[in-house]
Amino acid sequence: MSTAAIAHETVPSHWQHRHLLDLERLTSDEIRTLLDTATLLKEATDGCRRKLAVLNGTTIVTLFFEASTRTKTSFALAARRLGADVVDFSASSSSLSKGESFIDTAKNLEAMGIDAVVVRHQTPGTPHLLAQHLSVGVINAGDGPHEHPTQGLLDIFTIKERLGDLSGITVGLVGDIAHSRTARSNLWGLMKLGAKVILCGPPTLVSDRWRELGVEVSHDLDAIVPRCDVLNLLRIQFERQNTRPFPSVREYAHLYAMTRDRLKRAKRDLLILAPGPINRGVEVTAEVADCPQSLILGQVANGLAVRMAVLWLTCGPRAAARTGGESSSSATRIY
Amino acid sequence: MATLLIRGGRVVDPSQGIDRIDDVLVRDGQVVAVGLAGAQPIGKADETIEATGLVVTPGLVDMHVHLREPGREEDETIETGTQAALAGGFTSVACIPNTEPPIDTQAAVEFIHQKAARADTCNVFVVACVSRGREGKELAEIGQLVEAGAVAFSDDGAPVYDAELMRRAFEYCRMFDKPILAHEEVLELSRGGVMHEGLVSLVLGLGGMPAAAEEVLIGRDIALADVTGGRLHAMHVSTGGGVALIREAKRRGIRVTAEACPHHFTLTDESLRGFDSNFKMSPPLRTAADVEAIIEGLVDGTIDCIATDHAPHAREKKMLELDRAPFGILGLETAVGLSVTRLVNSGRIGWPRLVEAMSTLPAKILGINRGTLRPGSVADITLIDPNLSWTVDVNSFRSKSVNSPFHGWTLQGRAVATIVGGRVKYRLG
Repeated sequence: MSTAAIAHETVPSHWQHRHLLDLERLTSDEIRTLLDTATLLKEATDGCRRKLAVLNGTTIVTLFFEASTRTKTSFALAARRLGADVVDFSASSSSLSKGESFIDTAKNLEAMGIDAVVVRHQTPGTPHLLAQHLSVGVINAGDGPHEHPTQGLLDIFTIKERLGDLSGITVGLVGDIAHSRTARSNLWGLMKLGAKVILCGPPTLVSDRWRELGVEVSHDLDAIVPRCDVLNLLRIQFERQNTRPFPSVREYAHLYAMTRDRLKRAKRDLLILAPGPINRGVEVTAEVADCPQSLILGQVANGLAVRMAVLWLTCGPRAAARTGGESSSSATRIY
Repeated sequence: MATLLIRGGRVVDPSQGIDRIDDVLVRDGQVVAVGLAGAQPIGKADETIEATGLVVTPGLVDMHVHLREPGREEDETIETGTQAALAGGFTSVACIPNTEPPIDTQAAVEFIHQKAARADTCNVFVVACVSRGREGKELAEIGQLVEAGAVAFSDDGAPVYDAELMRRAFEYCRMFDKPILAHEEVLELSRGGVMHEGLVSLVLGLGGMPAAAEEVLIGRDIALADVTGGRLHAMHVSTGGGVALIREAKRRGIRVTAEACPHHFTLTDESLRGFDSNFKMSPPLRTAADVEAIIEGLVDGTIDCIATDHAPHAREKKMLELDRAPFGILGLETAVGLSVTRLVNSGRIGWPRLVEAMSTLPAKILGINRGTLRPGSVADITLIDPNLSWTVDVNSFRSKSVNSPFHGWTLQGRAVATIVGGRVKYRLG
């Protein structure tokens, strides 16, 4: 699609959300809208390299209570590509370290006239809590082990770019499901789009209870590798564990690392994703991480497209209202 | 000689097997009689309360209340907590000693008694610490605490973790015939948890507190009560497995009693989907199957009584991220409404069983001379309108805190008058 052909696109009227808190509560149509919008924006920006002006005058705050390099940079870049101003609020240097509650902090930011806050926090539900207390848009950039909706969307976007329709494909999510927000967002998104999901890892990290949602649970990677069209290798989150859920890294890698031997038994066109930062030698060996089937780097580029889509859909109507509220206003257009 | 006549109510007093429409006559703070045969004729009482359509019960007893004073007066005080008790229909509360400092000395017990006397509201019975400083290392001076008036012993807020200390406590308390009120939780299993471990915690990515954390320690303490002959009272039982263990222990003749909280027979872990810290308490809200097991336990008497675990926390403390917000919710002002709505009006138990669970048995377990309308007993009486439909509004609570998950709920049944020692201490409206 050429840039000219989408010159008059506005935020689809059926998109009703000011926030993006999780994928669990989105419909499959809403997820498709997000993905289609990401495609549109990726093309309109010449592969996320050109700037648009659709969020001119919009101020977006990145409020990260947990360390992040890639996600925060990706959100900031995505916001700037759309013409928004970005303010980074570093939680460690703020009054939070003086004991102010995070809701008070966020309310102060709101009072400064911002439009949306992109929040990462170690506690599940914190973005939901902010959305209840603030009148600005809230975008979840990862809430503890709960969800990381834009990561889930970009994984799915990447799969979709390669495979087209997701219905009927089999995706294995392998590793630390217990502590992985990426796994949860992938799970919901994939299920809603009709993919078959297999969760794989030791029982200490992959509860059999997941079966109650209708997904397959396996503790045997060798058994599932030949059946998968996609493998998503999730990082072991040592920092979130009370006691180590397996005897040693060596034993974990022996049972669950994606190695060249395992790759030989996979489908020839298997796609491998790893949301990273990966522990090479734990979830995946270096030779597999760097093999042609690996999409680990491609995912990072698509992150920009997905985050532009999220920001535009959630903040676009507000930006349009500010510039007069006419749907023909240039501020709402992708051009 | 001041007399009070409560006329025409449905008098329910399981201690005497009474459940009939009748009058209750009170003179000088004591019950003269239920029924007027041989008593003062109608019409000559100094004060008369028309109780037609109301249920008249021995004053309700809540054996599990955190009054927070001393040390955390920003959450609740003895004054505000006992006012909340009166508004909830309770004439007696037992206060749990996890205050700052904890209640582990005669002086601390005396402080509570004095504060309660000054408040002049409902009766406050003191539960004292099992261990010195609530540190779980050595026994508190239990004999002297009994002399000061402590009615039971508990390190609640935390379990008595050292199994040998718990064994000694059972043995030692047997000498005074005092129960140990036990918070049953294996901390290693629930560490980092904020809610019940199950499908909901899995989906929300929240740390789980497995049912086994409660059941393992209930099992241990039943074995210790068995071997020592001591009295175990399992607090806030929340799991079906816990109910089964207690049922079996009772069948074997072990001296075990148990309580359940209204929220544990009303709400499930599904409530956490909104990430609201007012649904965070320990033990946590469990599954629908557990809720049903708790109700069955109350129906068949495995669970002796209903207690609230009233746990006030100032608003700003609860308005935090779910893992930083403290455990606990208010209970005193919603207990009757929830119990009547969930248990009585739904047909699961009758009024006599409810009154037994909220008055007769908690009084008996604590060994206090309450929970009865026998002639000569202290005239603690609660009048309940069983059909009054009302909407919970935390802003009208007498408690100092507002951390109730039931705000906005419509309930049936509410205390309309609370009488302590023959004096009307609370009237609705």
